[in-house]
Amino acid sequence: MNFTSPPYLTQNVSVRRIMLQVLAALLPAIGVYLWLLGPIVLVQLAIATATALAAEAVMLKLVDKPLGLFLGDGSAIVTAWLIALAFPPMAPWWLIVVGVAFAIVVAKHLYGGLGQNPFNPAMIAFAVCIVSFPALMSRWPSLNMDASFADHVAVMFGQLPRLDAMNGATPLDTLKTALKLGEGQVSVGAILADTRIFGRMGGHGWEWVAAAYLAGGLWLWQRKVIGWHLPLSFLGGMVALSGALWLWNPAQFASPLFHLFSGGTMLGAFFIVTDPVSGSTTPKGKLIFGFAAGLIAYLIRVFGGYPDGVAFSVLLLNLCVPLIDLYTQPPIFGMKGEK
Amino acid sequence: MITRNEFRQIAANGLWKQNTSLVQILGLCPLLAVTTNLVNGAMLSLATIIVMAASSVAVASLRNLIPHEIRIPVFILVVASLVTVIDLLFNANLHQLYLVLGIFIPLIVTNCIVLARVEAFANKNPPLQSLFDGVFMGVGMLWTLSLLGGLRELIGKGTLFSGIDMVIPGLQPLQLLPADYPGFLIAMLPPGAFIVLGCLIAWKNWVDARIAAHRSRKTLPPAPQTVSAAQ
Repeated sequence: MNFTSPPYLTQNVSVRRIMLQVLAALLPAIGVYLWLLGPIVLVQLAIATATALAAEAVMLKLVDKPLGLFLGDGSAIVTAWLIALAFPPMAPWWLIVVGVAFAIVVAKHLYGGLGQNPFNPAMIAFAVCIVSFPALMSRWPSLNMDASFADHVAVMFGQLPRLDAMNGATPLDTLKTALKLGEGQVSVGAILADTRIFGRMGGHGWEWVAAAYLAGGLWLWQRKVIGWHLPLSFLGGMVALSGALWLWNPAQFASPLFHLFSGGTMLGAFFIVTDPVSGSTTPKGKLIFGFAAGLIAYLIRVFGGYPDGVAFSVLLLNLCVPLIDLYTQPPIFGMKGEK
Repeated sequence: MITRNEFRQIAANGLWKQNTSLVQILGLCPLLAVTTNLVNGAMLSLATIIVMAASSVAVASLRNLIPHEIRIPVFILVVASLVTVIDLLFNANLHQLYLVLGIFIPLIVTNCIVLARVEAFANKNPPLQSLFDGVFMGVGMLWTLSLLGGLRELIGKGTLFSGIDMVIPGLQPLQLLPADYPGFLIAMLPPGAFIVLGCLIAWKNWVDARIAAHRSRKTLPPAPQTVSAAQ
């Protein structure tokens, strides 16, 4: 007789496989970037990837872990791509290098490496850079400028100071500034009518990037790489608060649709809060984590001083994860209700 | 009197083995708040050295008179009166710096380093030993805070000794990194203080581990019976 031990049903799940699927899910958004901005986004991704692999290799070497196994698992590349996409396109090359190196060295490896980091490394990179270099981190290019690829590269490597069309504000920022300057006299509708900056749902052009993240995220959900709890509750938190304020005063608060398709909402919902390491792990905890992260992200982006709040809200909630998980443990199988 | 060996031990403890910031992790509040640049860190440490030396001597001289049950209030009174003197001296002579260091000079009273050394050392040892203990603990703090402040200033602003003109008029800060260095601002902010301090502690532990490994390599393999001589 041939005896085997459980589990009998095995699945081909490895870190490498999951990470490759996450990378694949980012491809639609990268495609939209290519179409909107040109190949500069690939340069940004390449810089980030090279930095991440180098930093990862150095740190693995320092702690004597096998290089091939951990470099090949793709987790560093996922972090690198998320940072490259979350940072403004055409950010100076050294900004990407600093962000990625900080994420890999400090946020990931100083806490013990893959699977040990209490904070989302990509969001640490974003937070560190926006706190340190606020001007550079909120200088987003507008999409309808006609600059060549060579100009883009020159901006990235500091040969050209900046292009005229880089007006230096995200649609979210533009809206916030216009509302503040309007002192309650200018309505959201009038501001959003400027089609050079705003599109049908979010920022002109940027809404398609957001839609591509949504598509990639739905594919990940369909492949069961991510569950529905975190993305849905994150979007729910964002919609709940923005919807309530919009219904109360539609002239001063943009619609939930605008907030869903602006800034880092979609990237955050499907690729950031779904990080299995730094996020909550219990089903109920995931709902709390996502909802609170969505609420706080909205509060920071609308009432705070920073252009977007996804990074800070996710980091704040990362801090709360031990507490959330403690109080949301599901009952043990076979027990009723109380543990 | 003090023997050579005693002196060496006190010095080694203060400067390295029991370093207030890297080993005892005491006095984090001024450490984190003040070390945004080298000058601030060094000047606060200097003030602390004076307070520690004076309070250690005072407490050590009075140690047989202080009732054990109320020793902590007595220590605090001694330290507080000395700190008041330092505070007024800074205010009178280094007024600009006094404005920068602000509340942290009066707060030396509550700095746990001072009370910890008074309670742990001066209360049990003669005045001369206590004086050296206070000074070397303070010097240990001085080099750590200067290093921490210098690193944070260099990373955050690309300069060294900014604010030196508040101490010695006419001197200019050094611009070590190119003038267009954008400044990694987080090093100057509170999180940067924690991160740089963490790196310094890790560096100290690494050095200690290297020294320990070196010693055991040197003494152990050839003749195990000589191990006792290593101490």
